[in-house]
Amino acid sequence: MPWIDACATDDIDQEDLIRFDHAGATYAIYHGVDGQFYATAGMCTHEHVHLCDGLVMDFTIECPKHNGQFDYRTGEAKRAPVCVNLKTFPVRVEGSRVLVEVA
Amino acid sequence: MGKRDYSPFGADAKRAVDSGLTAAEWYHTDVPRKVMKDLMARSDGPAIRDTILLYGLMLAFAAGGIATWGSLWTIPFWLAYGVLYGSASDSRWHECGHGTAFRTPWMNNAVYQISSFMIMRNPATWRWSHARHHSETYLVGRDPEIAVMRPTEMGKILLNFFGILDVLNFFPTLVRNALAGPTPEERTFVPESDWSKVRRAAQVHLAIYLGTGAIAVATGSILPLMVIGLPRIYGAWHHVMTGLLQHGGLADNVIDHRLNSRTVYMNPISRFIYWNMNYHVEHHMFPMVPYHALPRLHAAIKDDLPAPNTSIAAGFAEMWPALKRQMRYEDFFVKRDLPPTAKPYREDFHHYVPGMMPANPAE
Ligand code: FES
Repeated sequence: MPWIDACATDDIDQEDLIRFDHAGATYAIYHGVDGQFYATAGMCTHEHVHLCDGLVMDFTIECPKHNGQFDYRTGEAKRAPVCVNLKTFPVRVEGSRVLVEVA
Repeated sequence: MGKRDYSPFGADAKRAVDSGLTAAEWYHTDVPRKVMKDLMARSDGPAIRDTILLYGLMLAFAAGGIATWGSLWTIPFWLAYGVLYGSASDSRWHECGHGTAFRTPWMNNAVYQISSFMIMRNPATWRWSHARHHSETYLVGRDPEIAVMRPTEMGKILLNFFGILDVLNFFPTLVRNALAGPTPEERTFVPESDWSKVRRAAQVHLAIYLGTGAIAVATGSILPLMVIGLPRIYGAWHHVMTGLLQHGGLADNVIDHRLNSRTVYMNPISRFIYWNMNYHVEHHMFPMVPYHALPRLHAAIKDDLPAPNTSIAAGFAEMWPALKRQMRYEDFFVKRDLPPTAKPYREDFHHYVPGMMPANPAE
């Protein structure tokens, strides 16, 4: 799987996320409360809505449309109306860059 | 468009899906991410304060009503208790259903469950209907929470100021849910994984009503029902009044909340009962923003919205004639002007809506 340079570490505030589009797919990249970076699919699994407009609280991303929640470390669906888990992707930091291993 | 078919299995529901309306992207005012993050921030403080106040007042008013039972002095206590039970529970149900009232999830859930009981809504069913109301606000046949269907039936609206139709619909559904889970209509928006939750919640609610009814019979007094159940009737008027203003007389089948939702400035008591949902365009555009931040959201985006109605009376003065007109002309709606600072309505997105183009009789 290719590692893709997604953004700089300081592009994302801590406890926040950004949208990252690559090769026709959309991803969400998170800067967690623990200082680590994480990546998930960019669209909610409930309806076709970008998570990048949502709210990061601790290790949860809340969808902006109906307040469904996922744990962005594992992708686990945590609160209705989301039932289907979010796909997650490995992330590593090299220097000041965030790299994502896209599927 | 003419005759509307509000059934989830009807022609309008099918047309909304086939035409792509249900999948369309809704209009949003641009708000810088930093501002929005600040507005979305969660906290427990305001909702804990308001919840202690609400339940404290309910206890005090109920105690006053019981202590003065049998005299005329009892009336004001029950009027006040009833509004908190039969109307404030609607806004608590709503905001805690979104999960935005408190930061702590169990607090949202606890108040959501209590409020669902008081407002007579199955907590497992209505979570899903409200998600649909947000995705497909006032799309005919798709939104299960359309308060005023066209043509307007004034009799129904007036009866519902006393919760009559809601309560009459609620109890048969409660029994059906308790025995067999969600109805076929409910199964169109409640996922199968939650059907057992619908049934369990209905059984608990039914047991409480049966218990209260039994105490009333055993004591030969309606007093237990004045505390549990009846306030949904005698205290419903405030939530019906504010609820009608949310979308009444405005457009349906559009994808811009500025066209189908209404923001109304209200007095502080109504705003406490209604938990700031008078900022209704704002709430629909950004449902992540908690009730206590809606005044700030309003200040941030008001230049992109139609001017709010300045009072409940002003809101009714705009809405009521429109509802009356919709008794005869189903396609009529009030299209409010936008300020010069706003992005215009995308009429080209809504060319299928009769009256959207400039010949609208409202103009
Ligand atoms: S679209 Fe994300 S919760 Fe509904």
